[in-house]
Amino acid sequence: MGNLNPLGLTRRSFVAVTSVLFVVAALPQKIWAAALRPETAFQTTTLEATFEALGGVPKVSDGIVFSTPDIAENGAVVPVRIEIDTSVLSDVSKIYVIVEKNPNPLAAVFQVPPNTQPYAETRVKVAQTGNLYAVAEANGQLYMMQRETKVTLGGCGG
Amino acid sequence: MASRIRIRAQLKDDYCEVKALMRHPMETGMRKDQSGAAIPANFIEDIQVLHNDVVVVQAYWGAAVSANPFLGVRFKGGAQGDVVKVVWRDNHGDSGSGETTIR
Repeated sequence: MGNLNPLGLTRRSFVAVTSVLFVVAALPQKIWAAALRPETAFQTTTLEATFEALGGVPKVSDGIVFSTPDIAENGAVVPVRIEIDTSVLSDVSKIYVIVEKNPNPLAAVFQVPPNTQPYAETRVKVAQTGNLYAVAEANGQLYMMQRETKVTLGGCGG
Repeated sequence: MASRIRIRAQLKDDYCEVKALMRHPMETGMRKDQSGAAIPANFIEDIQVLHNDVVVVQAYWGAAVSANPFLGVRFKGGAQGDVVKVVWRDNHGDSGSGETTIR
């Protein structure tokens, strides 16, 4: 079959590829941004795999000021704050929040253009006592800071 | 839709602090209801903060962000009266937005 009509197949895939390209080129920034969501990293299930998906194990840096509670009574709502000391770590463009013991460790990514302070605050679910990591990306290099949070009541129960 | 976000933008020393609180269940897809049926995942995937229609923060979230999520960010170059907007979209394609002016 394929032998009889190789041209048709090629043309079909050619049309498919060009129409995708056309759509991507024509669409506004909103959709474009959605295409940049690091889907693979979000689906990883171990800390090692998450780091690998981000591009390797980050170097520990004191330039990341990572605040989490030492003990979280309710794992479903654990406040986290990441601040970057720009005198130590400059040009941070992305901040990742990773919860080691969660089914999918990567919780959030914040991308900031140069005029935005590398700063992020949010609340995450923490399944059980373990390490939380704040990872910063600057000039293609990864840096991290870790904090242990003890959880009395898990964040994924019903 | 606007009621689904409470947002505040305040001018500090040399930056503008934006705090936003959204209403969203942020279901992980791993929980089960009382009959044992899985509750489908429903969480905000994509969220943007805009200052006068320019994106100042682009964030991507997983289901591990808490229900009724809170977001706090800081950007430079804001002035009193400028419009700050927060826009989100979840994995079902549902979306919401809210805006305020810088105080």
